[in-house]
Amino acid sequence: MKIIHFTSLSVAAFTASIQLCAAADAIKPTQAEFVMKASFMDRGQAKVDRLNQDETQRLCSQYPEKRPPEVARRIEALNMKLMKYPADGKLLGDWKEGEKIAQSGVGKQFSDNPALPAGGNCYACHQLTKVEISFGNIGPSLYNYGKLRGNTEPIQKYTYGKIYNAEAYSACTNMPRFGHSGILTEEQIKHVTALLLDPNSPVNN
Amino acid sequence: MQYFKRTILAISIVAASLTGALVASTSSAQGSSGDATIKEIEKYRQALGDGNPAELWEARGEGIWKKPRGPKNASFEQCDIGLGPGKVKGAYAVLPKYFADTDKVEDLESRLVTCMVILQGYKYEDAKKSPFGSPERKSDIEALVAYVTSESRGMKMNVTINHPKEKEAFEIGKTMFFHRGGPHDFGCVTCHGADNQRIRLQDLPNLTKKEPAQRAYTSWPAYRVSQGEVRSFQWRLFDCFRQQRFPELEFTSQGSIALTTYLAKNANGGVLTAPSIKR
Ligand code: HEC
Ligand code: HEC
Repeated sequence: MKIIHFTSLSVAAFTASIQLCAAADAIKPTQAEFVMKASFMDRGQAKVDRLNQDETQRLCSQYPEKRPPEVARRIEALNMKLMKYPADGKLLGDWKEGEKIAQSGVGKQFSDNPALPAGGNCYACHQLTKVEISFGNIGPSLYNYGKLRGNTEPIQKYTYGKIYNAEAYSACTNMPRFGHSGILTEEQIKHVTALLLDPNSPVNN
Repeated sequence: MQYFKRTILAISIVAASLTGALVASTSSAQGSSGDATIKEIEKYRQALGDGNPAELWEARGEGIWKKPRGPKNASFEQCDIGLGPGKVKGAYAVLPKYFADTDKVEDLESRLVTCMVILQGYKYEDAKKSPFGSPERKSDIEALVAYVTSESRGMKMNVTINHPKEKEAFEIGKTMFFHRGGPHDFGCVTCHGADNQRIRLQDLPNLTKKEPAQRAYTSWPAYRVSQGEVRSFQWRLFDCFRQQRFPELEFTSQGSIALTTYLAKNANGGVLTAPSIKR
């Protein structure tokens, strides 16, 4: 539905009509959500339905700073239930491919070509290696990650899982759920896991 | 005029070399790009002798403001952008605000569109057709924005939230700021919710805290060296939503004005430096 914005959008009328069709829904969208949705347009791969929130996003928006412990546990549990590990049981790929994925910031923006694979953009938020000094600090440094933790099976499983769905381990983290949300493929996550854990990777040297 | 010609020449030469540097730095895998970019910007500032190319947009905007145009052959000189018809000085510092004639909360850009429709007789669709310019096709709106905001330089932000619709806009804007969604679970708060955060080497202001929120808001609109254009606050939001992996924010939409209201109110007391100059 296309709304003409110049003639003042009557939120009240809008709200009333939506409440009718959403009567069966337990969660009523707020007026802010109506206004938001009416303020965006589909562009390229980024459609307006991206404003819809799953339970994790809704709860994390509701409690941006502190949240009751039971809410945090609920978010972690529901994300853990959605965790998927590779069918072949192999969790490590090629760290060299992983480095390329960690560098690449393309993907999922309306200005990106959806036919090209997305990157992980890990350097946007993490230090990973000694050579790359252009790194952000929204996440902790991962330099020497594998050296400090070892390359055991439980660590491999945690690392793959963390990249696949970070919310399963820390509710409302700022880290995207790369596997769960379809940003990176299973194979790409294996490569990035190798970047963190392979003893020959620049992360550990 | 002579001054402008010289400035344009200086801009195009340095901008060309700078664009080269920026392109090179984003495509390089190695990390010293940030330093190189900062050095280039320093060189650029020196070449301009402390000038800001935004002056060119300000001058062009003033010309557009005063020129009769549109089907009704009227200038903007009777346009009310917050302090009454024709008053430009200091008006940006009180925006966004509620306007009785449209019964809406409006920001500067939306108000310019309103005046183009009501005063000058343009069709709504035409008035908001090219909000963001490019070297080939300059935007009148960006020039007008540069002119109007330059007339509030040095003044303190002073947005009031009294009218029920202003309260509503503020609350909607706040909700939008914390709304996380999309494939990356991002909201504004992901990148602008804590102190001293960086994406790669770019500093991210904490927009939930008074001092950095003031500093960020009062420095927009700005001349973007990397783009060679003056960018409005509407553009800033449009581009952050792109980085947030959200769909396209519609120019002067109710949500865009609500979010601006929230951010502008939080910047109250900050001294306007816009149009400033940014990387
Ligand atoms: C937008 C920011 C952001 C991006 C992009 C990001 N991360 Fe994170 N990451 C974080 C934050 C914040 C934390 C700390 C909170 C947490 O544990 O979730 C974190 C934590 C981690 C941890 C856990 C560290 C530990 O000590 O257990 C790993 C592993 C990790 N990230 C790997 C990655 C990899 C690999 C990528 C790229 C594919 C990546 N991250 C991309 C923000 C990000
Ligand atoms: C994924 C990261 C990200 C998200 C999400 C994001 N921003 Fe930004 N924002 C940035 C970056 C990076 C910059 C610095 C931009 C530059 O120099 O190009 C910035 C700059 C800004 C500035 C200007 C700061 C200054 O001092 O010049 C404002 C204001 C701003 N963002 C507001 C917002 C708002 C409001 C939202 C939510 C709609 C948002 N941002 C979402 C990354 C983000």
